[in-house]
Amino acid sequence: MSNQPLLRLADLTKSFGGVMAVNRVSFDVDSGSIVGLIGPNGAGKTTVFNLITGNYRPDKGEILFDGQSIATMRTHRIVSLGIARTFQTIRLFPNMSALENVLAGCHCRMRSGVIGSMLRLPWQKREERQALETAVAELSFVGLRQQLDQVARNLSYGNQRLLEIARALATRPRFLILDEPAGGMNDYETQVLVDLILQIRDRGITVLLIEHDMNLVMKICDNLVVLEYGILIAQGTPEEIRTDQRVIDAYLGAPDADGDEDF
Amino acid sequence: MKPATLLNVCIVAVLLIAPIWLNAYWVEVLNSIGIYAILALSLNVILGYAGLFHMGHAAFFAIGAYTTAILNTQMGIPVLWLMPVSGLFAGLFALLVARPIIHLRGDYLLIVTIGIVEIVRIALVNNVFGLTGGANGIFGISRPVLFGYVIRTSHDFYYLIFAFAAVTVLLFRRLENSRFGRALQYIREDDVAAEGSGINTAHYKLVAFILGAFWAGMVGTIFASKMTIISPQSFTFWESVIMFTIVILGGSGSIRGVLLGAFLIIGLPEIFREFADTRMLVFGAAMVLMMIFRPRGLLPPSPRTYTLNLPPQSRQAGP
Amino acid sequence: MQLFFEQLTNGLAVGGIYALIALGYTMVYGVLKLINFAHGDLFTIGAYLGLTLLVSMGLTSHLGPLAGILVLTIMVMGLVAVIGALLERVAYRPLRTSPRLSAVVSALGASIFFQNAIMLIYGARFRVYPHDILPVTSITLFGVQIPVMRILLFTASIVMMAGLYFFVQRTRTGTAIRAAAIDQGAAKLMGIDVNRVIMYVFLIGPALGGAAGMMVGLYYGQINFTMGWVYGLKAFTAAILGGIGNIPGAMLGGLLLGVIEALGATYISLAWKDAISFLVLILILIFRPTGILGERVADKV
Repeated sequence: MSNQPLLRLADLTKSFGGVMAVNRVSFDVDSGSIVGLIGPNGAGKTTVFNLITGNYRPDKGEILFDGQSIATMRTHRIVSLGIARTFQTIRLFPNMSALENVLAGCHCRMRSGVIGSMLRLPWQKREERQALETAVAELSFVGLRQQLDQVARNLSYGNQRLLEIARALATRPRFLILDEPAGGMNDYETQVLVDLILQIRDRGITVLLIEHDMNLVMKICDNLVVLEYGILIAQGTPEEIRTDQRVIDAYLGAPDADGDEDF
Repeated sequence: MKPATLLNVCIVAVLLIAPIWLNAYWVEVLNSIGIYAILALSLNVILGYAGLFHMGHAAFFAIGAYTTAILNTQMGIPVLWLMPVSGLFAGLFALLVARPIIHLRGDYLLIVTIGIVEIVRIALVNNVFGLTGGANGIFGISRPVLFGYVIRTSHDFYYLIFAFAAVTVLLFRRLENSRFGRALQYIREDDVAAEGSGINTAHYKLVAFILGAFWAGMVGTIFASKMTIISPQSFTFWESVIMFTIVILGGSGSIRGVLLGAFLIIGLPEIFREFADTRMLVFGAAMVLMMIFRPRGLLPPSPRTYTLNLPPQSRQAGP
Repeated sequence: MQLFFEQLTNGLAVGGIYALIALGYTMVYGVLKLINFAHGDLFTIGAYLGLTLLVSMGLTSHLGPLAGILVLTIMVMGLVAVIGALLERVAYRPLRTSPRLSAVVSALGASIFFQNAIMLIYGARFRVYPHDILPVTSITLFGVQIPVMRILLFTASIVMMAGLYFFVQRTRTGTAIRAAAIDQGAAKLMGIDVNRVIMYVFLIGPALGGAAGMMVGLYYGQINFTMGWVYGLKAFTAAILGGIGNIPGAMLGGLLLGVIEALGATYISLAWKDAISFLVLILILIFRPTGILGERVADKV
């Protein structure tokens, strides 16, 4: 066992037209943990995600995944290294079936190209069959086995979020980034989601999530990182964060430690 | 047999025996439909599957035809040998020009590809490298010879063109239902999500361009040897517009749609001769109306089917 | 040096025409984020309408050349403006909420429609403008002979651009247009009738484009039904060069492109004249897609 963190952000900085969206943020995510990234709207949480996944290039700072720098890598390379994500505004392939959406995730673990596909070689057919099996397995894992031929845009909001998770899991990640996974879900769906995230962790996948539902965050996260105006203001266990004066101040109107609705 | 299969068999049978009763004129019409059909199928890889608004396909077609014409007339290389060579040249050209523009957003890409096809045409007219013969073009291109048989008449070319079209349909159908075909479709649906799912979007867009160009280049060989004389007039921006229209009106991303589009857009004006002058007018209006009332084309792609052989609780994925 | 100044003034005259057409692209793009592919054909329509009215009404002989052309220009602008507004109503408004590229295809269809309609009405051959309307004289300025026509054209385009600039900067409607270009949603919330703004844009842009069409007829003496594509592409290049969506940018880009092209045709190669503009277009889109006066905007993920 190495003691190096799975993900390390060091001095990460990104500005847009003079506005510091992320300002010298540093934190580590240990392998096998669930870490929550929280903070008020506009604190730069999603920007941090976009930096990790290569959607943005940092102005300064370093991102190490498993000891390797990924700060200037293109997104698809980062995915193939083992980082998968979901989007805050759901980004499925709306006119394709649930199965095909998940097959997109299998893509980076497959090899066949133009010529192989045209000739339909035996190994290519085998690879295709395995991808289908993986896709169905991941759909079953998130509970969408019955919806596999439904077109993505016809799924309910909650199911669309689950489908995005299935697609991300199909890339066989070691590290999963969830951007507001419970957004728009009702209580029951959120409970199912909590169980799902714990199961994902049990599969050995490290999870980093942004979430506004503080009950969920406090319940499942091993560690929390708090951002405000692009600056990291606190990190620690949920227990520590709950009593941290700076965090309480940041969330104006969160009078007591249990005040979840204002988070 | 399923009705769709039956229909396909009937269409193939009719196409096989049709030339027996048709005179050279109508066979020429079919040849022209066939050539445009293959060109539109190759454009469909770029425009239909990957959703890249490419309106310079005539440039790739031209590169293929001129490669064949130059190498055949100057070095005497047999035409059919030049088919893959012309494809490669067109593909290489696509690689060079598409690489820097591949990231441009839809409408910008459209404008740039129009610019490219115009630059190519101007280059051909200006006798670039002293090879293209200027505005008069190149003449004296030989006929293809297949196992000692010279393909000469319209009827001969009919079978050559439609055999190539059949191979194209077969291969592109396989491509459509593969990892590659899906990757292009993911890119069309949402390229940020596709990249985020681990797909190298820039690479696939480029490969789509190269493959489409390769195929258009090969069609260029057939065209050059059929005409025996080629000039820049055959490769104007309007040729690109016709190919583009075939794909959009037929149903972009759908092989059946593209084939239907080729029959309608190339064939109909021949059937209604008095209609020939107004055909582009009608197609222009049809493009507007189509986008308003039937944006996915006459025969949009049907959903893919997957056969899942999974444990008992599973069922066949339909439809 | 003589040649240089001659080509410079020629470039500025042609550039003024490009700028007038480019304004139509840039205004529509500003408000709708749509490249109006049919705009070049509205320009052609202006050229043909100008010819028809010029020949049939004999205004120049009744009113004298300058006043006649002035009245004619106003009539052409009015007619093309109406066609532009109709185009928006028929081909673009129903697609306002569709995917962007549906509107692009529709624009392309409209362009093909217009071009072929002109061909069917006027024929496929070049048509000639009467060349005895304006006196063919030159004046000598700093030792360079400049045709009067060239000066008139350049002045006319500058006057129209100045008028537009004043309109956009100083009037209520102009302010509404600028607001809608910045943020349509917010403009709507502020009580701006966005449909009206779009209608204005589709009146003003085509009016300027139509005037430019007539100017080309007067300047070069002959017109053709396909000329809208070439001029359209060049004007679009000008709009991109200046920064699309930016009104002063289109003016600057047009004049600049006219000069680049005139000098390029003289000093590089006449045969490659059209290719020069397309090359400029491609290079800008690759290296500085925001143009000279445009601002870079990050894509939201």
